[in-house]
Amino acid sequence: MAKQRMKFTFPTELIKEPVIYRLCKQFDVVTNIRRADVTEDRGWVILELEGDMEEIERSVQWVIDLGVRVDPVVGDIVEG
Amino acid sequence: MSYASHLRCRECGRCYPLEPVHVCEFCFASLEVSYDYQALGRRISRQRIEKGPLTVWRYSDFLPADREQAVDIGAGFTPLLPAQNLGEALGLRRLYIKNDCANPTWSFKDRVVTVAATKAREFGFDTLACASTGNLANAVAAHAARGHLKALVFIPADLEQGKVVGSAIYGPTLVAVKGSYDDANRLCSELTDRYPWAFVNINIRPYYAEGSKTLAYEVVEQLGWRAPDHCIVPMASGCLLTKVWKGIKELAWLGLVDWAHTRMSGAQAEGCSPIVEAWERHSFNVRPVRPNTIAKSLAVGNPADGYYALKVLADSGGSAAAVSDDEIVEGIKLLAETEGIFTETAGGVVIAGLRRLVAQGRIQPDELVVAFITGAGLKTQEAVLDRLVPSLVIEPHLASFEEAIAEHREAVAAGRQTSRGESHG
Repeated sequence: MAKQRMKFTFPTELIKEPVIYRLCKQFDVVTNIRRADVTEDRGWVILELEGDMEEIERSVQWVIDLGVRVDPVVGDIVEG
Repeated sequence: MSYASHLRCRECGRCYPLEPVHVCEFCFASLEVSYDYQALGRRISRQRIEKGPLTVWRYSDFLPADREQAVDIGAGFTPLLPAQNLGEALGLRRLYIKNDCANPTWSFKDRVVTVAATKAREFGFDTLACASTGNLANAVAAHAARGHLKALVFIPADLEQGKVVGSAIYGPTLVAVKGSYDDANRLCSELTDRYPWAFVNINIRPYYAEGSKTLAYEVVEQLGWRAPDHCIVPMASGCLLTKVWKGIKELAWLGLVDWAHTRMSGAQAEGCSPIVEAWERHSFNVRPVRPNTIAKSLAVGNPADGYYALKVLADSGGSAAAVSDDEIVEGIKLLAETEGIFTETAGGVVIAGLRRLVAQGRIQPDELVVAFITGAGLKTQEAVLDRLVPSLVIEPHLASFEEAIAEHREAVAAGRQTSRGESHG
């Protein structure tokens, strides 16, 4: 089993959508939220995804396709 | 010796031993090095520092690595120049330039990488790694060579050849990553979990980041043990701004300098300004962006330290400005033409941001201001290339030269006349 730490940033149009709930339903991935800040127009969630690596990658791609921005929890790694 | 005592979570405050870890296991926030300031306070003095080498290792008591074992190519102790010409152009009476172009690989990244490489060797790593489009890659490759470490440098597959040379010359393994910037970020994050490498800005990041504090120590010492009234710093991840501030505060806590209430201001390029955007919204919530600017060395769309940089701006009474690509080029030219320093685009951001903040009255004419110029211009020549052409093209005889120079002088005089008219209009 693999674990991935991620930061999801939600645009306004997805704030009311139960994205993380649907992710758990559609993929065999366990989510574990550690920190979050959600307002009426924007939000971010820092969480851990646990499961088979390929399943995690598929679930992350599904989230990205929905319009959620997915980043490493440490921010951008590629520097100038 | 190092007085580093432990790592501490910046959010929940949990403590961790000094190991190659970077994220709190509970809240996934970043970790920062803490020191035994009581023990350090008993030992430290200006005289002790002044006896040290003319490199960042002069301040080894404030760093989390051992000077005796340092991977040292001479980073630091770069010039602090009074910038009277530029000051006059901007309306500042006491402006200084901290010229970090003078580092061994021509950017401030040598400061952070010398600490990261030293710590990596202390931890027993044999490979130093990073993902970078320029300055960081150069510094990692050079320090790995010096420190007998293997180097792995991840670069975007479409990176210009000219930027590859500055790293390739030191003999690292260069890995060109196809795909988007986001893809490269996620890949590197996964690699850290899988391979036993010292990834300088991931698992070694708490130690790496501390190297930036040396900019503050040097400025204070070079000013005759006086803290500046105002610092203006380029912001990418936001880390540099927070560490300059931390460095000044440490000197004040330890009684090495009078507390001067230094104000910290930051500058970004409009095409990648998530920190300034949050600042202008009066929010501490940074919204990630997709970078689109000529200032590639500041193109961090999801800044790891954005929140903490905003806190420093607010706590210190500073401000922030985002400037256009045209202003960046003007800033590069202005610094070169007034002070003889050719900076890369990040320096153009600083000068243009400084000009903006002075015009807005956020920086006062009498303040002792230090502008941090973090990298040399030869690395980003493409930014100014199309604006720099020979002033005169002549036939190889005297008459041609004299005709051309007369026309040129007339044009210059007319230009000056016009610009005076405009400025008074």
